[in-house]
Amino acid sequence: MNFLTDRKRATGLGSGGTGAEHHWLTIATSISLVILVPLFIFTFGYAVGHSFEEALSFYSSPCIAIITALCLVGSIIHLKTEVDEAVEDYVGGIKRKLTLIAVAGFCYTLMAAGLFALLKLAIQ
Amino acid sequence: MADVNRGNRPLSPFMIGPYYRPQMTSISSIMVRITGIASLGSIFLAICWLLAAASSESAFNFFNGIYGSFIGNILMLAAAWALWYHMLGRVRHVIWDFGYCLDVETSEKMGWGMFIGATALTVLTAVVFLIF
Repeated sequence: MNFLTDRKRATGLGSGGTGAEHHWLTIATSISLVILVPLFIFTFGYAVGHSFEEALSFYSSPCIAIITALCLVGSIIHLKTEVDEAVEDYVGGIKRKLTLIAVAGFCYTLMAAGLFALLKLAIQ
Repeated sequence: MADVNRGNRPLSPFMIGPYYRPQMTSISSIMVRITGIASLGSIFLAICWLLAAASSESAFNFFNGIYGSFIGNILMLAAAWALWYHMLGRVRHVIWDFGYCLDVETSEKMGWGMFIGATALTVLTAVVFLIF
């Protein structure tokens, strides 16, 4: 016989332990993609193929640097929810936990590296 | 009483192949996941280029030479298609999540819209970069 009530389980935010947080994050960041994806494709696509000096002056513009920083961080947050969900679908047990940590490490490293590169390009 | 099953839950079964007929709804949804994971790879490559630009002119010329070559441009257009497709696919998910267009007929139309829309946006991207 169980002594846990439905109310008690909901208090723990369900089997995942995080309630609808992941789902909501995916919805919210999905909407942000509508703005970020066009901005990223057209700014980055423009910069590639130009000379070193042109690339430097392009990314030293505050507007372009801020847009690119938002695009990188925003899209990585969204894509992390995407990869996490794929991992949770097909990997179980201790492998799932380790894979999720590895994915998080990769995503946060990308964010840090991207922001560092942008900062250096913007202020040098 | 709430059932208590902590752990030992089944994983999502992989149904594509002999068990599940490919349909516009399933294939377009799977493509959202594939393009999402691929786009993280595209972002990785973009950050490599940015890091190279922040490091030195020779590092920049190496990456810029590859990305700016003809094959590099084709691959960048493929990456753009994946990003456009993922964006449109996510918009469909948001529409569904808010409770609209959940019938099969509309869902299939939106699936076609994602493939056609992503292709049209990629062609538009190529045209914009050819002109400017």
